Order: sequence, then structure tokens, then C-alpha cells
Amino acid sequence: MVADPLLLQAVVDLFPNGIGRYAVGGLFVGLGTVLIYAGTGIPAGASTFLESTLSYVSDRSRFQRYVASRDWRLVFTAGIVLGGLAFAATFQSGLVTSSLYEPGTTGQLYEVAGVTLWATDVQPWRLFFGGILVGIGTRIGKGCTSGHGVCGVGSASRTSLIGVATFLTVAIGTAQVVAALGVSP
Amino acid sequence: MSDDRHPLFKPLVFVGGLIFGFGLGFSHMARPEVVLNFLQFDDLGLPFVMFGAAIVSGIAFALLPRLRDAAPLTGDPYERRLKPFDRNVLVGGAVFGVGWGLSGICPGAAYASLGVGNVAILWALAGMFVGAYAQGYWRSRSGARDGAAAGAD
Repeated sequence: MVADPLLLQAVVDLFPNGIGRYAVGGLFVGLGTVLIYAGTGIPAGASTFLESTLSYVSDRSRFQRYVASRDWRLVFTAGIVLGGLAFAATFQSGLVTSSLYEPGTTGQLYEVAGVTLWATDVQPWRLFFGGILVGIGTRIGKGCTSGHGVCGVGSASRTSLIGVATFLTVAIGTAQVVAALGVSP
Repeated sequence: MSDDRHPLFKPLVFVGGLIFGFGLGFSHMARPEVVLNFLQFDDLGLPFVMFGAAIVSGIAFALLPRLRDAAPLTGDPYERRLKPFDRNVLVGGAVFGVGWGLSGICPGAAYASLGVGNVAILWALAGMFVGAYAQGYWRSRSGARDGAAAGAD
């Protein structure tokens, strides 16, 4: 049981915030997906909400095909937002702590009515233009990180495995180029 | 698939969303910085979230069809999420990859990000709706021209 200290240090450097919050968070994401699947048989992804919600305001055939699911997708998204708030009110606010949760140092914390909230330092133009490409790409590519990455990979779908490999590879290349160009944060 | 759905259908979807969103907050995927740190190889935690969730889902997707014939709230059979492969998976995946690498945010994480207090994420959400509308506008037109296109969601 004697680990090479240099190797150990290298592993620690790759995971400066440990793996607890990632593994536990992933477990919760999986459990939310499983609960919906167990009750309804639906492997729910997050990005279809963008198009299904547009069906409320646009008559385009591409959006109208989601009329049957738009109401529950709105409910699903409301749940995700409030789930984020539940995290903010507990662990992010320090009300609950765990050795499996590493708070980290990214962004800015601020308080509203006793709840510690968080704001990003990433520049708005990156969020907006990145968001446009996310909106186009996830809908053309038939899924996002939850549809392909969680439900599709969980289904051992060859299409989803290829989709995930594609967007992961391109995202890594993009982020590296953007960082190399000196854009930060 | 109509209004006569089980009364617990939406409450269950809501609770599932709550757990899902809590997980995105807890894992810090709702923070673009943390996703960008993964993509720049500064913190390799992200795969534990995505593949951890995929493993949990995968177990349910494999077991539930053996335990029951149909989902209790819809009567629908348990099926895996299998979508046909075509060029769009590569093109769309690449476009999504550029957007994800530029912004550090994906749709589900963006909804949760709003919940953790990140008001600036409305920029990303606005962008996502613009992008989703642009491709839908274009595809509705080309779909009308080419006749009924094969379903892809």
C-alpha cells in the first residue's frame, strides 16, 4: 500500500478540487434522470426544452412537433432551476457541509436574504455567442451533454458515443485555442 | 401523450428536475469556470459527473425493462435512448463543441446556473434560444421544401 509520492502528487494536481463533488453531483444527475425514466419511460434531455418552448411563440413545423411535450419540459426545466437554488441554499451557503464537497474559488459569491448566491466571471460575449452555437449545435446534433452524454451513453447508443466524442474533442480544442489567445476569463 | 396523463406525471418530472439540478449545482457544472478548467486540463473532474450519471442511468435503462412491462405513469414501454446516426450528429456535435468550449456552459447546466444565482447566464440562455430558433427556422423551410424529413430530436 505504498504509493509513489511523485505519482500521487501528479494525480492530486489533476484533481485540485478532489473528485467527491463531481462523483456525488453526477450521482444526483443520474438519480434525477432515473426517477423520471422509472415513472414515465422518458429518457429526458435538457436541450429539447429550447425548441419545445419556442413552440409557444412560433408556428414553425420544427417547433410545433414538440407541442405534446412542451408543458412537461417546462416543468422539468423549472425543477432544474430550483434544484440549483436548493444547492445554493444548502452547500453553497455553508448551511450544510461534507467532506465530499469542495467549495472551490471560482467566480464571485454574494448574499441575498441569507442565501449565498454565485456569479460567473466569464465574459458575457463568450456566454452569448457560445450559447448561440450551443443552441444550433445541440438541436442539429440530436442532443446535448444530458441527452447524449447521460441518457445516450447510458443506453450504450453508438450515435450518442460518437456525438459525445465529437463535442468533447471540439470543445477541448476550442477552449485551448481561446485560452492561448489570452482570453480570460 | 395527451391531457389525460396521470396526475403524478408533472410532479414526478418536477422532482426529477430538482434532483438533476441539485446535482449540477453540487458538481459545479453550473459554473462555466469549472467546465472551462476541465477543457483546459486544469481540473479533470468533469467526466466523473457525466459518466457517473451515465452509469447510474445505464443501470436503470438495463434493469427496468426486465422488472416491468411499462412505465406506471404513462403506460409507455421502457426503451433505451437510441437515435439514428447521420452526418448531423457530427456537424451538430462540432458546432455544440465550439459553443461549449467558448462559453463553458451547456443547456441543463445553464438552467441550474440561473438557480445558483448566476444572473449573467441569461446571456447564454438568450443565445441558446436564438440558436435553436435559427436552426428551426432554417430547417422548417428546407423541410417544407424536401418534404417530410426524418424525425430528429
